[in-house]
Amino acid sequence: MSGENSAYGPVKRKEDARFIRGKGQFVDDIRLPGMLHGAILRSPLAHARIVSVDTEAAQAHPKVRAVLTGQTLEDFKLAWMPTLSRDVQAVLATDKVRFQGQEVAFVVAEDRYSARDALELIHVEYEPLPVVIDARQALDPGAPLIRDDRAGQQDNHIFDWSAGDQAATDAVFAAADVVVAQDMLYPRSHPAPLETCGAVADMDTLSGKLTVWSTTQAPHAHRTMYALVAGLPEHKIRIISPDIGGGFGNKVPVYPGYLCAIVGSMVTGQPVKWVEDRSENLMSTTFARDYHMHGEIAATADGRILGVRARVLADHGAFNGSAQPTKFPAGFFHIFTGSYDLQAAYCEVTGVYTNKAPGGVAYACSFRITEAVYLVERLVDLLACELDLDPAELRMKNLLRPEQFPYTCPTGWEYDSGDYPRALQVALDIAGYADLRREQAEKRERGEYMGIGLSFFTEGVGAGPRKHMDILGLGMADGADLRVFPTGKAVLAISCQTQGQGHETTFAQIVAQELGMSPDDIEVVHGDTDRTPFGLGTYGSRSTPVSGAAAAVVARKVRERARIVAAAMLEASPDDLEWAGGSWRVRGDPDQSRTIAEIAMAAHSALDLPDGVDGHLDAETVYNPPNLTYPFGAYICVTDVDPGTGQVQVRRFIAVDDCGVQINPMIVEGQVHGGLADGVGMALMQVIAFDTAGNCLGGSFMDYLLPTSVECPSWELGATVTPSPHHPIGAKGIGEAATVGSPPAVVNSVLDALRPFGVRHADMPLTPSTVWCAIQGRPVRADLAVL
Amino acid sequence: MQVPAYVEYEKATSVEHAIALLARFGPESRILAGGHSLIPMMKLRLAQPETLVDINALTELCHIDVVGGELRIGALTRHAQLLDSALAGGHFAILHDAEQVIADPIVRNWGTVGGSLCQADPSEDLSAAFAALKATMVIQGPTGKRLVAAREFFTGPYETVVAPAEVLTEIRIPIRSGGGSAYVKVGRRVGDWPVGAAGVALWLAGDSIADAGIGLSAVGARHFAAAEAEEMLRGAPPTEETFARAGHIAAEHCRPTSDQRGPEEYKRHLACELTVRALRRALSRATGRDV
Amino acid sequence: MQITMNVNGADYAREVEPRLLLIHFLRDHLGLTGSHWGCDTSNCGACVVWLDETPVKSCTVLAAMADGRRVRTVEGLARGGVLDPVQQGFVECHGLQCGFCTPGMMLTARWLLDHHPDPSPEQIREALSGQVCRCTGYENIVRSVLWAKHAEDAGA
Repeated sequence: MSGENSAYGPVKRKEDARFIRGKGQFVDDIRLPGMLHGAILRSPLAHARIVSVDTEAAQAHPKVRAVLTGQTLEDFKLAWMPTLSRDVQAVLATDKVRFQGQEVAFVVAEDRYSARDALELIHVEYEPLPVVIDARQALDPGAPLIRDDRAGQQDNHIFDWSAGDQAATDAVFAAADVVVAQDMLYPRSHPAPLETCGAVADMDTLSGKLTVWSTTQAPHAHRTMYALVAGLPEHKIRIISPDIGGGFGNKVPVYPGYLCAIVGSMVTGQPVKWVEDRSENLMSTTFARDYHMHGEIAATADGRILGVRARVLADHGAFNGSAQPTKFPAGFFHIFTGSYDLQAAYCEVTGVYTNKAPGGVAYACSFRITEAVYLVERLVDLLACELDLDPAELRMKNLLRPEQFPYTCPTGWEYDSGDYPRALQVALDIAGYADLRREQAEKRERGEYMGIGLSFFTEGVGAGPRKHMDILGLGMADGADLRVFPTGKAVLAISCQTQGQGHETTFAQIVAQELGMSPDDIEVVHGDTDRTPFGLGTYGSRSTPVSGAAAAVVARKVRERARIVAAAMLEASPDDLEWAGGSWRVRGDPDQSRTIAEIAMAAHSALDLPDGVDGHLDAETVYNPPNLTYPFGAYICVTDVDPGTGQVQVRRFIAVDDCGVQINPMIVEGQVHGGLADGVGMALMQVIAFDTAGNCLGGSFMDYLLPTSVECPSWELGATVTPSPHHPIGAKGIGEAATVGSPPAVVNSVLDALRPFGVRHADMPLTPSTVWCAIQGRPVRADLAVL
Repeated sequence: MQVPAYVEYEKATSVEHAIALLARFGPESRILAGGHSLIPMMKLRLAQPETLVDINALTELCHIDVVGGELRIGALTRHAQLLDSALAGGHFAILHDAEQVIADPIVRNWGTVGGSLCQADPSEDLSAAFAALKATMVIQGPTGKRLVAAREFFTGPYETVVAPAEVLTEIRIPIRSGGGSAYVKVGRRVGDWPVGAAGVALWLAGDSIADAGIGLSAVGARHFAAAEAEEMLRGAPPTEETFARAGHIAAEHCRPTSDQRGPEEYKRHLACELTVRALRRALSRATGRDV
Repeated sequence: MQITMNVNGADYAREVEPRLLLIHFLRDHLGLTGSHWGCDTSNCGACVVWLDETPVKSCTVLAAMADGRRVRTVEGLARGGVLDPVQQGFVECHGLQCGFCTPGMMLTARWLLDHHPDPSPEQIREALSGQVCRCTGYENIVRSVLWAKHAEDAGA
């Protein structure tokens, strides 16, 4: 085929044109005639009974148009809404508040300043209740009951779940030469996209049509949710996801503020905008992680890893709102078998309620794969310490070999393809690993401490086969529509939703590749439920694996339709035609050919077509992925630690990623860069901590610290390409890989630096005080401040 | 984003005018300089002044010069200007060290030296730096100017001796020969408030320390200073042993509190460790062997 | 109160409350939505604009404080429809993904190149250290600024 992969490559992004001019359209940029502004009154207490809510003074404010309370919403039967984990969550509190920051009332006013002022005019009387803040105490006998609203709920227990073969794993552990065990916390953090969540709701009372512009990563799923929750006819709901300033999983759930804006619009008859401030975002929208893990690894004396075992306590906050496929309450955590050839594995996860915000699955976690990879990669390093083996050697010895793929791991995941040892070797070469170890030894002699940390990860992304994967009962298959117009230009409508990943460019490249067109001639439409086919949206790195596949499949359908039209144009049989990178031509007679543009015009003309073929050059498809795809990578992090202060500097970070076929290497690199910064942040500074009274200590960027350009090194990237055998274009997805793989590399690096001090483990974030206290042998808990 | 409550606004055309406005509008009126301490507090509604007196037009308060053997810094000097000033940095490297690690480059463009000092946050870097330099504050009010030692300027967290109808106009630091200074800070990240920080100014005479100033931030040091450690340093030889003792005394006398930046034990350690490191660097600069 | 301001070369006079923040004046009163906001505590820098040729965090400045002054926003980066080399650099080097932090980043970059025409990568990182990006990991932002620097050196 001529010009193979010619549409793939580092094509500059189409979407940049508006953003560099400041012409992006984000939710807060939307202004409609008569638009009002909403603000939410939130609970200052983590657990309290609501005695009374007095809104009289607020309603009397000259610029206030409406005040909603839990009582108001009860009348609409909207005081509670379903969550993505089949629990319910209060939209506005009625009986109790169950976390600090929970929504209690909603004010609609003429401008945002007045709305904020009016909040102070609402008087709520609370009766404080004892709190449950430490997940480790949530199931203690006599612990305060948080969810007394749930019939039959006697305690703070949500679920128990397990995966793997317990008996086989126990047997492997019992027979092993070496078993290493470690408690480790993946602390609560938050995706914190730069743009906070918000919505503009416009209910047209005349037509009954509701239009909602909102920060959503899954517009169609939200439309269905509103139909189910608010009893609105789904064909009368239009969700528009305009430009989104970062999602990272934070913009997957339906938040109370969106519903309040909708009700506000219904009640006032005017559009209502609600955009949260940063403290609301950090305190009430979906957090990430908060997994208290106990991990064990079993091995032979010479370093052959035999099995892994884990017990996890999952803190889900006050409502179970984590967003993962229904059958997997702990997401894909059971891929904690990692990248190694194991005999057995078993894990148990227990979910509990606490007096904190709901969520858990967010922040590029690939449905809990961040937690799984962190656990196994820390265990491997601990094993290396125990056996006094080099951590790179230990990994190389145990990585799955290419000939083992497709590989079914002990907990049932079928990894599609991979050449793991090659990726690790590439990383070691880029890093100059042997030189680094030499340098480390020399520095130790001088009392200087540097660390070299590795992480090798496998993710399973692209959820997923609809038989196994649904969210709220909606199967995770996605549609794509492609229409080629008479003059040979095309519009591709997709169901996923970019938040910066460059879909307007990459999806055009996919279609361009299949049809031999220029990406400039293909317009990608997304984010508007009135204009796009149904799908489950963008998160879990699923855009390329699912929607990207749909785009390729639908383009191939168009190509096949074009074959028939071309055959009619050339008065040949379709079987006599061959595809020549942009045109169909008669085999053996290359002058007899027609381009896609010519075919498009002909398809719309009066040209006689065979029976059953009705003209135009369109196709649609729904792609139901046969399996997940399995990106992987090898990361190496070099840090320098100052033991006198505990400060850590990330000197170098080497990342070798394999995401299968790369549509746009420039965009792939950008995705990796961003995720690596997440690793620095999570490993060294990010945590949403609480005090024992339930006050959230991470409610602003003064305390929820994000990495800046100064903390991040100049990333050193490499790549290998192992196509996915089942994906139409062999691509695997890259959106979360670096966020998954990087934290353990940084943590392993710091702990490697601290080995001479006898520090075996310390939990993230490794702030200066955490590092210093670990060196002294007196570690402190970062997630729960006893002040 | 959070927004301030309603407030009235006046623009001052001179220092005297500013004082008159403060007197007229009473104790619920506040000076608005760079606004980078006050406006964030107003947005969170932790501060709700009734009237703002904008002094950004008072260019006479924006200067860095040497007058009568003193470095004089106008209160309206932006952090970025102090950082960029070769005059200030040449005399007192501690000021450059401190400014380099205060907030971030953009905040430094507009926030002022006076504003930060009057905010009186217990973790303010400049408070420790000026304490180490034994600076003097010039405060102007309805009855004229008065001078207050930097070490008497702060009366508690977020409290200074500046009365409701007064304005901090200038900070003065005596220039002496034979000195070197430095500031060392530990934060959780660039731009963070200090977890602990130490600023040192050393003056040598022959083989011993003639005078020393040690300023500590964020560790509950009285008046942001380690007076007992300074006492010990006077007349002592500038050796590692002396410095180690000074660090321990400084740590002993501060009163850090545990919070999410770290436990008390760690902060007390920082008080010691950073005092020692700042002493070393100040010595290097004093002897011309800059680190 | 009445304020007047020159924004991107055009004069404006408006009636505002003293408490109105400059970022809201630009976005809501003048419709210049290219500058964004992302936090409550002056940390994120999404709101950076020029005030009298100096980058400031416009969420921490009252519109009243900008009375009589000049403001430059991202909408004023291009001159006469011609993109600034900084804007070109961001496109060439994939210095943006979601685009939310981009206006502020570009304005600081423009100021940096105006005052320090030959910045090192470390100096660029230091200059941008008060502004958060959640998407790019900063590397391509640094490369974008260096691209702009080289383009200007070459007289492009």
